[in-house]
Amino acid sequence: MAWTRKDLLTMRELEPAEIVTLVDTADSLQEIATRDIKKVPALRGKTVVNLFYEASTRTRTSFEIAGKWLSADVINFSASGSSAAKGESFLDTAKNIEAMSPDVVVVRHSSAGAAELLARELKCSIVNAGDGAHEHPTQALLDLLTIREKKGHFEGLSVAIVGDIAHSRVARSNIHGMRKLGMTVTVAGPPTLIPPFIHELGVKVSYRLEEAIRDVDVIMMLRVQHERMSGGLIPSVREYSRYWGLTLDKLRAHARPDVLIMHPGPVNRGVELSPEVADGPYSVILDQVTKGVAVRMGVLFLLAGSKGAEA
Amino acid sequence: MNRPAPRFREKAQVLDEAALDRALTRIAHEILEKNGGAADLTFVGLRTRGITLAQRLAAKIARIDGSELPVGTLDITLYRDDLDMRGAPVVRGTDIPFPIKGKTVVLVDDVLFTGRTIRAALDALIDLGRPRMIQLAILVDRGHRELPIRPDYIGKNLPTSRRESVSVRLREHDGEDRVVIEEPEDA
Repeated sequence: MAWTRKDLLTMRELEPAEIVTLVDTADSLQEIATRDIKKVPALRGKTVVNLFYEASTRTRTSFEIAGKWLSADVINFSASGSSAAKGESFLDTAKNIEAMSPDVVVVRHSSAGAAELLARELKCSIVNAGDGAHEHPTQALLDLLTIREKKGHFEGLSVAIVGDIAHSRVARSNIHGMRKLGMTVTVAGPPTLIPPFIHELGVKVSYRLEEAIRDVDVIMMLRVQHERMSGGLIPSVREYSRYWGLTLDKLRAHARPDVLIMHPGPVNRGVELSPEVADGPYSVILDQVTKGVAVRMGVLFLLAGSKGAEA
Repeated sequence: MNRPAPRFREKAQVLDEAALDRALTRIAHEILEKNGGAADLTFVGLRTRGITLAQRLAAKIARIDGSELPVGTLDITLYRDDLDMRGAPVVRGTDIPFPIKGKTVVLVDDVLFTGRTIRAALDALIDLGRPRMIQLAILVDRGHRELPIRPDYIGKNLPTSRRESVSVRLREHDGEDRVVIEEPEDA
């Protein structure tokens, strides 16, 4: 299916065929990473601005490498050490950057809807690289590419997403993407971290790790953020780790032998994942990072590669 | 931006199944003759029909000479000079699972027209390594070059008008082996 959107904002708004186009494009671009000369001229003369208002290692680096391998010029902007620190508003900063004629702005912000606001206000293409607890579409796409490569297909697969569902944009984007592709999703975590009405997204809910991971094809563990503790949502890291941490013993006792263990990073070793699981044979955590570059190349290429796509 | 594609109707048949096969047989012999055998030869086909033609040429050389030559696949979407003019691009991937450094690469495509596809293919190929030589095999050369590009092996020279289209139909994709000239229906 031909790509026609100006922006990539959410998984929720995409048609299943559009998701497959994004995954297919990323898949065919993976080959570039294996070359001696990792550069193709597809986006020569295009400018990509990374506009990051939140800390990020993987996502920002990955967009930067993706843009550079496609020959785009990539400029990194981070809120600290910029005019944002002097009190300039988000939209003013974005409009000033737009005045320098970028082709794509990749935005990460702690507020849900930040990317959509820019998509409405700016003429260039916008990529949502995470907006609050709302969505993180490129993470879901790289998870889907990883799953398809390991399992061969999407339809009929079952996934358990475990941890802080309430604050996770990764969970939300994955739920939308996986449901559209015919996968079954169970979310699991302590009741304080499961949002009410989450079942309306078409997912099952479980309050026990052992039950959630039984017979699934994929287990996606989420990072437990330390700031959740001060909010009183979990009693202590030790207790969380005891009930919700995935260890080799629990994996062997309850999960399928061919299960995939995924994690969007950064991992809290010994909290949600024991080191033997994070580094073990089930884990595809570093594959996910590799796929991240391919997915971001695919997204940048589809958005900036053809101006004919604009309405 | 995306103009509706004009509808074409068949104007004349240029090659039938037997003539197409004879042209490929002749090209296979010419490749062996020009290179003094099959040593260090590799084929790279351009998506989509160039790949099929490259596979057929490799099979013919295997029959003539006994050499099994590798056949790779090149997708030039990332190297096009007209991405801005073509609407949504589709990348289908390059797959050349053998080294081309120091080899003679025979690039294969179905129709040679402006030469822009071949220009992009040369860039794409050289980014993957430094072949000793690149040669170009084409089933139909229809003229109207916009770049200084000349094929080494030609199945059929076919003078056309710019508004006509040349359609290469191959069994593997279209259920039949033949080449036809088409013209717009409003002509």
